[in-house]
Amino acid sequence: MLTHDKIERNVGLLIVLTILTISVAGLLEIVPLFFQKSTTSPANELVKPYDPLRLSGRDIYIREGCYNCHSQMIRPFRAETERYGHYSVAGEFIYDHPFQWGSKRTGPDLARVGGRYSDLWHRTHLLNPRDVVPESNMPAYFWLDRPLNTADIEAKMRALRKVGVPYTDDEIDGAKKAIEGKSELDALIAYLQGMGTAIKQVR
Amino acid sequence: MSDFVSGFWNIYIAVITIISILGCAVLLWMQSSAKHVEGKTTGHVWDENLEELSNPLPNWWRWLFYLTVIFALFYLAMYPGLGSFKGQYQWTSAGQYDNEMKKADDQYGPIFQKYLKQDIRVVATNPEAREIGQRLFLTYCSQCHGSDAQGAKGFPNLTDKDWLFGGSPEQIKETITQGRSALMPAKGVKPDLSGDEIKDIAHYVRSLSGLAADPIRIHRGRQLFSVACAACHGPEGKGNVGLAPNLADKVWLYGSSEDTIIETISNGRVNQMPAFGDFLGEAKVHLLTAYVYGLGGGQESLHSGTSGNPLLADAPNSAH
Repeated sequence: MLTHDKIERNVGLLIVLTILTISVAGLLEIVPLFFQKSTTSPANELVKPYDPLRLSGRDIYIREGCYNCHSQMIRPFRAETERYGHYSVAGEFIYDHPFQWGSKRTGPDLARVGGRYSDLWHRTHLLNPRDVVPESNMPAYFWLDRPLNTADIEAKMRALRKVGVPYTDDEIDGAKKAIEGKSELDALIAYLQGMGTAIKQVR
Repeated sequence: MSDFVSGFWNIYIAVITIISILGCAVLLWMQSSAKHVEGKTTGHVWDENLEELSNPLPNWWRWLFYLTVIFALFYLAMYPGLGSFKGQYQWTSAGQYDNEMKKADDQYGPIFQKYLKQDIRVVATNPEAREIGQRLFLTYCSQCHGSDAQGAKGFPNLTDKDWLFGGSPEQIKETITQGRSALMPAKGVKPDLSGDEIKDIAHYVRSLSGLAADPIRIHRGRQLFSVACAACHGPEGKGNVGLAPNLADKVWLYGSSEDTIIETISNGRVNQMPAFGDFLGEAKVHLLTAYVYGLGGGQESLHSGTSGNPLLADAPNSAH
């Protein structure tokens, strides 16, 4: 019989059994997600890969650490959908590498912020949130009104293509031109305004 | 869980899950059925004299473990977990959400419907409706228009009598439902304006509302205004509801300083009120309209013959 004693004295067996034990949850809860339609295909035809400007905006979102205070996932509870809109579904995030779901909300959830405010509001708010929301405790991102770095956009898009985002050669070749002359603010606002617009809550 | 690309994953999950749970039970049974002698060690000595007693598992612990195994099997029979098997309760998170929404609609629907059937002017005088309206306003509107509805630079004050797109109940409702977009082209309809000419116009525009301005520039600006700006703002700068704001009053959306006006003329302005009709539904839009209408600036519709609104006289000015 396989006893405590035998496993303890045989390092190879100990390693194999330990790996087996700790991998059960991952094998059952993570691996099957790679083989589900709802997690690997777009939620609808409106879910598209980020265009170069939005992609640059997304990188600024990550660079500035927006995820530290803002989540991007509306849970299926009435208290959330009344405020933010339709709850999030997996198929909305298939082009997000990595996704920005987050779990901490110092600020509001942003999963459906697209179209909720005007561009001017975002511009004013990002440069100094207190100008539009006096009680806001969000930091001012006043340095964003500067030219966007366009040097690495093609490399970024090629890297994303390697992990499954279907960018065409034409899209990658035209990327630099598409974001030329834009500011970081423009890119971030473009990203925010596109967020969560694929699914609309209609009441 | 029913959307796997192949049936294999269904079986894969179910089989490994069952084997894991039963494996736990068997391991537990094997361990507790093994013979134990009180005080006997595992026979393994570390670091000269460290030994481990080979005592049986405590009974309370063993039985708790058996209970968790039974609970797991019961849970998997009732709730989804075994591949595509939906469980006896047919529970889904979407279903739970739908139930929650239905319950709320049953509870609050009649209240919303009651006000939806009433005229906005009447709803605007109802204290309960105004309280609901204020809460809706604070949730959905205050980020731009401010919690006191007095707006900010670029975002209109809703408490005054100046309306860019009209202050009648019907117009306010249309604004909230469909949104509005506004565009002032740079340099109006005369794209060849020079910097000095823009300054002339700015002085003329300031003079329209009685602000300090240079008389010579006013004179030159008046002529330029009639060419470049009057098409939308009207020959006297009094504006047109829904098309261009009144420049002859004291209300300034972006600011009345010379620099700001020059900036407005030079670069134009683009702004937007997002549409809330689909998101909120008509009942909530109705209450919001009544709240905004009742903030003090509401106007009569152009078609209605009544002037002034006796009902509004009793309305609480600030629902706080």
